[in-house]
Amino acid sequence: MTSVNPQKYPEASAQALKDKPEVRNTVTNSTNLANKKRTAAYQEVDSDTWKDWGRDVKSHALTNLDQYLEQAETQLLANGAKVHWAETAQDAQKILENIVLDHNISSVVKAKSMLSEELGINEHLEKLGVLVRETDLGEYIIQILGDRPSHIVGPAMHLSLEDCQRLFHEKLGTPLDGKPEILAAAAREVLREEFLAADMGISGGNFLVAETGTVALIENEGNIRLSTSLPRVHVALVGIEKIVPRLEDVSGFVQLTSRAATGQPIGNFFSLIQGPKRDGDIDGPEEVHVILVDNGRTRLLADDKAWESLRCVRCGACMNICPVYRQTGGHPYGWTYPGPIGAIIAPGMLGLEEAMPLPYASSLCGACVDVCPVRIPITELLVHWREKAVEEGFTSAIESAGIRAYTKAAERPGIFRAVGAMLRHMPLDVIGRALPILSGWVKERSAPESSAKSFMQQWKEGIE
Amino acid sequence: MKATLFATCLGDQFYADACADAVRLLRYAGVDVDVPQSQTCCGQPAYNAGRRLEAIRMAQQTLDTFDSADYVVLPSGSCAGMLRCFYPDLINNDVERAQALADRTYELSHFLVEVLGIQDLGSGLKGKRIAYHHSCHALRELGVRNQPISLLKNCGAEVVTWEADEECCGFGGLFSAKLPEVSAAMADRKLDTLSTVDFVTSTDGGCLLQLSGRGNRRQLSVQFRHLASLLWDGVGS
Repeated sequence: MTSVNPQKYPEASAQALKDKPEVRNTVTNSTNLANKKRTAAYQEVDSDTWKDWGRDVKSHALTNLDQYLEQAETQLLANGAKVHWAETAQDAQKILENIVLDHNISSVVKAKSMLSEELGINEHLEKLGVLVRETDLGEYIIQILGDRPSHIVGPAMHLSLEDCQRLFHEKLGTPLDGKPEILAAAAREVLREEFLAADMGISGGNFLVAETGTVALIENEGNIRLSTSLPRVHVALVGIEKIVPRLEDVSGFVQLTSRAATGQPIGNFFSLIQGPKRDGDIDGPEEVHVILVDNGRTRLLADDKAWESLRCVRCGACMNICPVYRQTGGHPYGWTYPGPIGAIIAPGMLGLEEAMPLPYASSLCGACVDVCPVRIPITELLVHWREKAVEEGFTSAIESAGIRAYTKAAERPGIFRAVGAMLRHMPLDVIGRALPILSGWVKERSAPESSAKSFMQQWKEGIE
Repeated sequence: MKATLFATCLGDQFYADACADAVRLLRYAGVDVDVPQSQTCCGQPAYNAGRRLEAIRMAQQTLDTFDSADYVVLPSGSCAGMLRCFYPDLINNDVERAQALADRTYELSHFLVEVLGIQDLGSGLKGKRIAYHHSCHALRELGVRNQPISLLKNCGAEVVTWEADEECCGFGGLFSAKLPEVSAAMADRKLDTLSTVDFVTSTDGGCLLQLSGRGNRRQLSVQFRHLASLLWDGVGS
């Protein structure tokens, strides 16, 4: 993550629509497909019951987090893994730095991990002189382009096939009209060498099982399997909210998450990592390190309502369905997690003032609530953060004054209707000037054709 | 049967004829309609902006206005959703009354179908091609999905398939003023996926204000008409 700057969302989103209108089409097409697949995959099972189950297991784990984390640590150690605790991004970077120095690491292959993006891992390793290679195809594209992920599951979702063809032509010499298979083959050829040469593999973790100390990883390309088993050291970055109590829970979550994310019954590859290579094992790393990361998560957990957002399994379904996200893709949101989920975890993880105005980057349409596999009440939490923003004085004074005046008028029906009638007959540009809050509205739209008489007037005169 | 119409602030000023058509429809269905003069705004703009205290004051005012109504009927899914889903939590010093009001509150087409049991109004929409936009709150807060469509169809209309019919139009109250460009792009997505129709309709004036405002700005030749007016057209002569 190069910069965290949600404050710029209003300008950045408007700018993105103006400068890169093609992103809107690309993202709309990709998310349409993802939505179709998810809908079909949910329909194959009793998804309501699955979602209830997912919500309950995750909520239970979060309300007993201390106990399960301790249990996970004990089990990980018993499995021969090393366990580290990182309170902040800097702590995580430092821990990783020490592992790099201890093991004389000069090259790293990375499996896709949004947490590593959140923690700024690539930048930090590169500063240390370590060669870092992203191995997920989407992440690889982003890396060679020098871009940032725009979606938590499909990091290159904002790029069209033509964008990728141009990039691969320039960087890898594939034909300009190379089919996706040709591009993938070219990337695979490069990456194969990197896998074989790497000293260390870095992954995230979809789930961490408390009872067995198992790190569970879902993927489609096999790059996670290679990153975690070929190099001599494997480091897994795991957010503390990823804990589930039992191994059996993972069998449910791998299916629920896969269906929600990509509409698959289960990802193509599913890895359960139980520590380093044991005597007699042919493959596997000599050392496995698990870095358990807080970085704002306990702060979010402490919020009496928004803690529920920590149930998130990072499937990206809320982004795919979100009509706001779909217009621009994820970049304008200004941090690692865009879309609805980002807007409700940012205030807790970064601090509300830093996260403004993300809680307002939603029309509250509620489409995300319908698709969330763990039933996070996203719209309720958006309103919750908006209420906090008002309480703490992070909203505009003009808006406050406007809504207070509106409320006063609403309590006096005569005045309310008189003001309404005045506004109704006012030319749009005058309204825009008189009420700055509406100036943006009138810029993009034409005035409604309002009826000559208000309804109340018509009612008084009698309706035939 | 008696019902009280809550025209809503937007309906009163911008969709006055649709509110009048709602009165005509209800009377046609044999309902004795009342319109209390003390009604103003349900408080949703304040609630969605995070202005809970102001929202509570408007909710209280609305509760006092409609307390004695047998049924409260709104030509808006969004405002009906506000009363039904959020008043009991907002008016926490009078939860019982708030819940009782919530239970008696209906969006117009919901009321016609579920309470009055109406299926057929007439055949006044014969030959009309209509695109129905699902207001998010009618759809997701109230579960109103098939009622308006079946009423339109039973009036003879052809309700066309529309890829984006369940997607948000981008209104969202203050959202459309705070993020006007993204909001306009959302409306464009709706308008750009529309086939040739005689009318675009919806349960909600807010959505129609947004879609027609954008459609007219882009000089599209699409006609927008509130569901209440189309259904009254559907009754025919």
